[in-house]
Amino acid sequence: MTRRERLHLRNGLLFAAPWVVGFLFFQLYPLLMSVYFSFTDYNVVHPPVWAGLDNYRELFFDDPLFWKALYNTLYFTVFSVPLSLVFSLSIAMLLNRKIPGMSVFRTVFFLPSIVPIVASSVLWLWVLNPESGLINSLLQQFLGIQGPGWLADARWAKPSLVLMSLWGIGGAMVIFLAGLAEVPQTLYEVAELDGAGRWAKFRNVTLPMLTPTILFNLVMGMIGAFQYFTQVYVMTGGTGSPMDSTMFYALYMYRMSFYYLRMGYASAMAWMLFVVILTATISVLISSKRWVYYHGD
Amino acid sequence: MATERTTRIAGLALLLALSAVFLLPFVWMLSTSFKHESRIFPPPGRPPQWLPTTDVRDAEGRIMVWYRGEAAAELGVDEAGRHELLLADGRVVTALDEEVEIKQRIGLHWQNYVRAFEMMNFFQNLRNTLFICYMTVLGTVISSSLAAYSFARIPWKGREVVFVVVLATMMMPYQVTLIPLFSVYSALGWVGTFKPLIVPYFFGVPFYIFLLRQFFKGIPEDLSAAARIDGCSEFGIYARIILPLAKPAIATTALFQFLFQWGDFLNPLIYLQDSRQYTLAVALQQFQSQHESAWGPLMAMSTVITLPIIVLFFLTQRTFIQGITMSGLKG
Repeated sequence: MTRRERLHLRNGLLFAAPWVVGFLFFQLYPLLMSVYFSFTDYNVVHPPVWAGLDNYRELFFDDPLFWKALYNTLYFTVFSVPLSLVFSLSIAMLLNRKIPGMSVFRTVFFLPSIVPIVASSVLWLWVLNPESGLINSLLQQFLGIQGPGWLADARWAKPSLVLMSLWGIGGAMVIFLAGLAEVPQTLYEVAELDGAGRWAKFRNVTLPMLTPTILFNLVMGMIGAFQYFTQVYVMTGGTGSPMDSTMFYALYMYRMSFYYLRMGYASAMAWMLFVVILTATISVLISSKRWVYYHGD
Repeated sequence: MATERTTRIAGLALLLALSAVFLLPFVWMLSTSFKHESRIFPPPGRPPQWLPTTDVRDAEGRIMVWYRGEAAAELGVDEAGRHELLLADGRVVTALDEEVEIKQRIGLHWQNYVRAFEMMNFFQNLRNTLFICYMTVLGTVISSSLAAYSFARIPWKGREVVFVVVLATMMMPYQVTLIPLFSVYSALGWVGTFKPLIVPYFFGVPFYIFLLRQFFKGIPEDLSAAARIDGCSEFGIYARIILPLAKPAIATTALFQFLFQWGDFLNPLIYLQDSRQYTLAVALQQFQSQHESAWGPLMAMSTVITLPIIVLFFLTQRTFIQGITMSGLKG
């Protein structure tokens, strides 16, 4: 190693030192401890007691609520993520042309996504209120329909949350807009020369060129959906009611940790969640080799 | 060409309709926050009221009511809930509660805001939130920019491998480290203080390290080389050349972190135990769980928490959109 290389190494590590220390203390150490805790009974007050595979065994075979929470979370992910993608891309497509007031529209669609989640959840509790909420009042007034019980009805509770998630697609929309802006104009011109119509241009130019952006939004959306917490916590008072229909994975884990102080069990849950997220992400990334088109490189 | 015009107009109409739908919840929030309680729940069969109304008072400040089709001023309510009313012709009558309807006019009913401020420890909660926001922004900007500088501008051996570790930690769900961190902080006696919410931000945040590194890499290498020849130290280059040139990226980092912290819920929920320590987000949730149907004050408080974010967005729109684009595309 030359003197210069040594100097670079020293400086590089010095500058990265805060992160390195943080990584060791706030990431690596907790990570290892979490593996250990997942094999113990632990309630924070007393030291952990070794329990072998008991936590995992209980999760798999003796805890129907664990499966329910997993099911609820998957249900939400499967509906909310694709719908959000289609919806945010559609709005981005509508905005991606010379229209008057473009920046005003963009702001309107973006704003809901930066409202503090507690505030937007309280607001949606009121919007979805079965008696006097916004949606049911409008249904009553204009269509004469008695709206559903939304969050108060076990069948409608998850669809309510999916509906609410569509209000928060602003971030994905902005990323799609940026992706659309990078599609080379010449491709459209060539397609037009070949006689391509509006749909053919979208199908054969826009969509393939956008696939990397779709992949990004898909993966981010999925990871976020699996960890969905604050909204359900606020909107159900942390209970996952009615009839556990909104008992989401992260909420159930929170209850295990901080209501029942079963930290060992909750750590096992955390690792199961990690496995689920990792499997889903890797599947999407592998499949992406077949549908994502990288232009130029 | 006619079809071209038609689709353009159809697209615009669709956009207008959609933005109305997106705005409606905000309008509903504002409108409710200024409504008198008697108007928040319209009587069955009556349509919702969009314009907020407030009560009407006479010259002496007495509430005006309707009583059997006549306007009257309310003098008081006795223990049995009967109203003592002063009619226009000077007669004083006693009326049952159901005979009296409070007179309304279109106007802003500010009492929801007053009540919300009184019921919550608002200014204390605001101070807590601002303090935590300020400290985490400070920590994030310093520590993340240092690490980003190392990964972007110093060619040290092994940095690519270490940077992959930075990216990998971004993929880790927070649930995995949640419990061990809680146990560490509780052993340190930090639970019930702001420390668990602030200290970690002084040790680099992967997302911002990534964001800043992207930006730092775009600054021409010649600038650093020239400074090195002039005998400038590495820290000097970082502080006097790179940071000033990276102002937009630093601003984005500060802005995102501020917004995140302003709305963050889970960590303050876990670590803050005394209501005097609550941040606004936690205080609003607690308020909601204790007063589930106080929709007027609840909407008032939601408005108060949301408004600064919206104002901040309007002031920093370009930084914002650029930041999101940067995080999404260059990966």
